[in-house]
Amino acid sequence: MADKRLRILVAKPGLDGHDRGAKIIARALRDGGFEVIYTGLHQTPEMIAEAALQEDVDAVGLSVLSGAHMTLFPEVIRLLKDKGAADVAVFGGGIIPAEDAKKLKELGVRQVFTPGASTEDIVKWVRDNVTPRQ
Amino acid sequence: MSKKRKWLETTYRQAAERPARFSTVSDMELEPLYTPEDVADDYDRALGNPGEYPYTRGVYGSMYRGRPWTMRQFAGFGLPEDTNARFHFLLSQGQDGLSTAFDMPVLMGYDADHERARGEVGREGVSVTSIHDMARLFDRIPIGRITTSMTVNCSASVMLAMYLVVAERNGVPWEQVGGTIQNDMLKEFIAQKEWICPPVPSLRIVTDMIEFCAKKARRWHPVSISGYHIREAGSTAVQELAFTIADGICYVEQALERGLAVDDFAPRLSFFWNLHNDFLEEVAKLRAARRIWARLMKERFGAHDPRSMMLRAHAQTAGASLTAQQPLNNVARVALQAFAGVLGGVQSLHTNSMDETLALPTEEAVTVAIRTQQIIAEETGVTNTVDPLGGSYAIEALTDRMEREAMDYIRRIDEMGGMLRAIETGYPQREIAEAAFLYQRQLEKGVKTVVGVNKYSTPEELPIPMLKIDPAIEERQIQRVRKMKRERNSVAVREALSRIGEACRSTENLMEPICEAVRRDVTVGEISDVFRAEFGVYKDPGWI
Repeated sequence: MADKRLRILVAKPGLDGHDRGAKIIARALRDGGFEVIYTGLHQTPEMIAEAALQEDVDAVGLSVLSGAHMTLFPEVIRLLKDKGAADVAVFGGGIIPAEDAKKLKELGVRQVFTPGASTEDIVKWVRDNVTPRQ
Repeated sequence: MSKKRKWLETTYRQAAERPARFSTVSDMELEPLYTPEDVADDYDRALGNPGEYPYTRGVYGSMYRGRPWTMRQFAGFGLPEDTNARFHFLLSQGQDGLSTAFDMPVLMGYDADHERARGEVGREGVSVTSIHDMARLFDRIPIGRITTSMTVNCSASVMLAMYLVVAERNGVPWEQVGGTIQNDMLKEFIAQKEWICPPVPSLRIVTDMIEFCAKKARRWHPVSISGYHIREAGSTAVQELAFTIADGICYVEQALERGLAVDDFAPRLSFFWNLHNDFLEEVAKLRAARRIWARLMKERFGAHDPRSMMLRAHAQTAGASLTAQQPLNNVARVALQAFAGVLGGVQSLHTNSMDETLALPTEEAVTVAIRTQQIIAEETGVTNTVDPLGGSYAIEALTDRMEREAMDYIRRIDEMGGMLRAIETGYPQREIAEAAFLYQRQLEKGVKTVVGVNKYSTPEELPIPMLKIDPAIEERQIQRVRKMKRERNSVAVREALSRIGEACRSTENLMEPICEAVRRDVTVGEISDVFRAEFGVYKDPGWI
């Protein structure tokens, strides 16, 4: 199992169309050696949780720039838990104030990246922190 | 040997040059020097005087000596009452036009009480569901005198209808209502990505609005052809210029096919540009845009009215260039970007606030942004003469180059069968994603600098005050919308919706039925649902 390539779902919940970051991250993760599935825009938390299960991913990276992260991130986590997939690592990024990032981590988001984070940092974090699901 | 070549091989070669890549933020390499050899010698053909074809030096003869640009700050958050208060504040600070930011549910065609609106109501813009919200938004605003800009696209037909009906209820005839609605669906598919139905029906609605405004609301600009979002999505300056003009070509062709005469609608097409960090490149882009558009309108589309050839533009400083780190530095960035806009001859301007990379701006931050424009207009002296950079060898050579490179793209898109086809194949989307990725790489390798982020960074950040949107407003708006829906005449609502459905299925212009529907309290989400049912829903192809 050790050399199994990690599968990552890059997901874009919410109604906004800011996909510049999500696409760059998806590409950087792919270049970093992971298998990447990108959901496309305007996904509901249900669609994301469903895709995570169907694609059998090890982690979900959420990108939100609309300010709705406090609604959308916890909902994805709750739905994954309901579907018996609480071990899927959820991380995310976007315009997320520090105090919100802190709350999101308490709610189970494993890491929150904010503007200025480099793709290298994100690839490294995934490599160091995400393990294949059993 | 030319004098310049000789200079390069002697004097310049002996001088020291840093080991750097001398390229613009869009990665366009510049030469060490531009001289008279680099610029066209036919002044009248290449430049012309301001207010004269091809308008390279400006669309108006006296430019800012006649009237400074319109200072128009984009604003919108929370309930309509909250944004109305901000509008009154902005007007009291010397701003002379309004610009409305709607929230994500409006921008995607959902009511505040829709499931998909959870967490998004009033957060990134103002929440508007029905005509009552629009009336609250413009309460005590003299809409017969003030021009208003509205940033909304796939649901633009509904917002324009609501605005016109609010005007009508205030006794202002449609003919007197002045303003702009963004309504540029092509760039939605290319870059901003807020949509309801697929490209073809989306374009039909846009064309309906162009036709309707040409006949019924002649002071209204029905489309603001926007490069802004293309650039924010990561394009280069040339791509921003080229794709935006190609979008403009597509709208003109659609309106002509509809049977309109070019001079009946083209004077009401306007543009919206991004103002990024690279000063020379931005000035050149704005000047090249005017020349390209003038030539296209005259030579390709046979326009006779000079106003059809005049590219009038709003511009906004680049949101994507702002940094969350050391946010006060953003004040300097915005000032320089706005300065490029003014030296590029824009007609109206939004300056971003220093805190916009973190949240919607506070009143204090917005004030600094407006003051920045006032300082440029009233302290720097650049408004004393028209197009002061005209004739600069570097600026003119870059203007020519931007035009040349943009025209190469435009020809390629023409060969694909026009922008609609190009979008369907994902061509501009991929070009932009590629440029965005390349830029990110350059940042991470340190080829490009962002001060305070990949250079001169400091470990401790001083927090700046941030605007917070009270989560309780969502619930308040939902209750208000539900109450309105319970109390209105549901028979009248159903009739109005089925009229819109019929219009969708025929070639009838959609605007009159939509105006009638909003008079009957039909909501933006309900009308958008008719579009969804009649035209289908567009899904993101998710290209990476």
